[in-house]
Amino acid sequence: MQGYLRYFGGKLVWFVVTLIFAFLLNFILPRLMPGDPVAGIVSRLAQGMSDATGVQAVYQQYTELFGLDQSIPQQFITYMSNVFHGDFGFSIAQYPRTVADVIASSLWWTVALQLPAILVGWVIGNFLGALAAYQKGVFDKVLMPISIFVSSLPAFGMAIILLVVFAVSLEWFPTSGGYGFDMIPNLSWDFIWSVIVHYQLPFWSIVFIIIGGQAIGMRSMSIYELNADYVKYSRFMGIKDRKILRYVFRNAMLPQITGLALAIGTIVSGALVAEIIFNYPGLGSTIFTAVLGGDYPLISAVMLIITLMTLLATFAIEILYGFIDPRIKAAQAED
Amino acid sequence: MKHTLQQVFQSRRFVVGFSIFVAILLIVIVYPLVVPYPPLEIISQGTFFPPGIYVNVYDSAGFTTHYTLHLDGADAKRIASRLKEEDRLAMKDWLVAAGIPEDEIDTADTAKLLEQWADNFDPKTKISGMTNAQRNYYIRLNASLEGILSTERAIIAVENPETGALEEKGAVEQTDYANVGEVPNVRVLPLGTDNFGRDVLTELVRATAVSLLIGFVAGTIATLIGLSLGLLAGYVGGLMDDGIMFVTNLLTVIPSIVLLILISYSIGQEQRGAVTIAVVIGFTSWVWTTRAVRAQVISLRNRDHVNLSKLSGHSIFHIILSDILPYIASYVVMALILQISTAILAEAGLSILGLGPKTTQVPTLGLMMYWGMIYQAQILGKWWAYFPVVIVIALISFSLNLMITGLDQVFNPALRE
Repeated sequence: MQGYLRYFGGKLVWFVVTLIFAFLLNFILPRLMPGDPVAGIVSRLAQGMSDATGVQAVYQQYTELFGLDQSIPQQFITYMSNVFHGDFGFSIAQYPRTVADVIASSLWWTVALQLPAILVGWVIGNFLGALAAYQKGVFDKVLMPISIFVSSLPAFGMAIILLVVFAVSLEWFPTSGGYGFDMIPNLSWDFIWSVIVHYQLPFWSIVFIIIGGQAIGMRSMSIYELNADYVKYSRFMGIKDRKILRYVFRNAMLPQITGLALAIGTIVSGALVAEIIFNYPGLGSTIFTAVLGGDYPLISAVMLIITLMTLLATFAIEILYGFIDPRIKAAQAED
Repeated sequence: MKHTLQQVFQSRRFVVGFSIFVAILLIVIVYPLVVPYPPLEIISQGTFFPPGIYVNVYDSAGFTTHYTLHLDGADAKRIASRLKEEDRLAMKDWLVAAGIPEDEIDTADTAKLLEQWADNFDPKTKISGMTNAQRNYYIRLNASLEGILSTERAIIAVENPETGALEEKGAVEQTDYANVGEVPNVRVLPLGTDNFGRDVLTELVRATAVSLLIGFVAGTIATLIGLSLGLLAGYVGGLMDDGIMFVTNLLTVIPSIVLLILISYSIGQEQRGAVTIAVVIGFTSWVWTTRAVRAQVISLRNRDHVNLSKLSGHSIFHIILSDILPYIASYVVMALILQISTAILAEAGLSILGLGPKTTQVPTLGLMMYWGMIYQAQILGKWWAYFPVVIVIALISFSLNLMITGLDQVFNPALRE
């Protein structure tokens, strides 16, 4: 048990270090912009804002948030304490809403869309990949080129194809939004049904892409394992095929889990762009409108949230991995 | 070297991918030589003209030779193009509502339908349950039907600048044809025009070229950084290794899009050119190469030939160059190809978010998508504005990925079936 604790402790320390680095990045990059950051940002914002008190408030917010009269380390501490209080300032394009408010209303759409999509895609992809490696023949010959093609598509490309086929041509699904545009979010069956219908295309566009990538990876891993010496040895020993297969796929699965932990950032990035195609009310669309409106506080905060989400996901997978992979336990016990 | 190339070209996947990629490259190079239109020229007034051959009406109507052709079914086609199926059904509905028995109406028989219509239609008739908009629709339809069956020619008249009177200059018979080759002003727009009124195909070819350039620049930068850091970390080891791996691990878990968005936004719209974007992408996407090169170098570091080289007193530079690089060369080539394809996709994603290169300078595949999305081309059904772009992106990325899997099969014997 102590071995496990050390493993998890190590991961936790790493998680915190990365988090601090992400904060630093968010803190430093806007300060690298040429000129006075507050004046620069506020002048850009003022173009889109007719509300004079709004401009004033934003300027105030920024001078306070950036605290430019303080030293750099002090500024960083101010910034961190603001962030920990959930205080990201006002949204510029959607004043007087606060950034925290805008994010709170879009965050769950993204989480509810991407988390199940990534999991479903991963499971189906690995299953198909393993099947292709084991069955070979026609199934493999058909599945592989399709997988390579599908995983070559960016998520937004898949989104557009699904949109055109199923929403514009066949009209089976709505083209955009997270629910009917004539509805107000509530708990009626109509609304839930509308959400489910709007969910399908964005969901499957992410799932398909992940299936493609995972199937290719799992197939390679399984072929590699199927050719390993222990498989041949087990066959000589007369162990049943089913049992060998269980070993093979368990071993092939482990790198796939690590792979997922490492690739989750890329997947999230792709899926965010796909949201825009469907005008899905998640973080992707929020970034899009924030960029259009020159809404720097919102962009910066969304970036932090995305980093945090990705870090959490990676951390969770690594913890899970610690339980699944017996080698970790063995390695820790040796120390 | 020659042997390796031979082996590579025996992989079917590699050959297919390579052919697609070379074909794209050739089109990008040859097309501008054949069709020298400037790619960003705004030619159409109005947005999203559908694909087709655009023939100047003024030239073809009066001022080129007219040829008389008697073709079967020409009249039927003309009427059909003017009287749509939904209009026929609407006419039937009106006639039924006006009291004509339904079985006497045949929407396929144009002449009879028009005759019945002419006999019965009266704009003043009030039909119960019909909205005003519907009534207006029928009045418009009625006006457009006039002369639909006429076989008379159309007169072309020119306004006399002094008197203002119309003077007949010529006539166009219904059997007159113009030879497209003789019409001086014809423009072929195989993919129509986009939201700005630019020729989509010409723009697309240029955009492909720019995106490929972004891919090459970003891929080369990323591979060079990744390779150098990976070699340093793997071969030198120690503190150097710890430092490089610390940064690499950090950047692996922070999504690259976060870095890309923050940096692009910080650079500002004005300073963002295609090359700037490429450099930014290159500098944010080297982590994978570093990790992989380092792993490979560590496994090579203590091989006999490297130790021998060390004992012979060769410099680190020499050892890396002649004893390590050749062994990871195949891997580096694969990494480069992968980087190119990810960079092209990264540019597209960034542009869709509105953080791509400046629109007025160059088109890129991502920018074409961005403007298509902004003008809702996908919802309006203007497929030519975005679908070819998606296809090109997919083809480039598919061909590069095929090349990688092909190379993988050649250089990684464990993956061969």
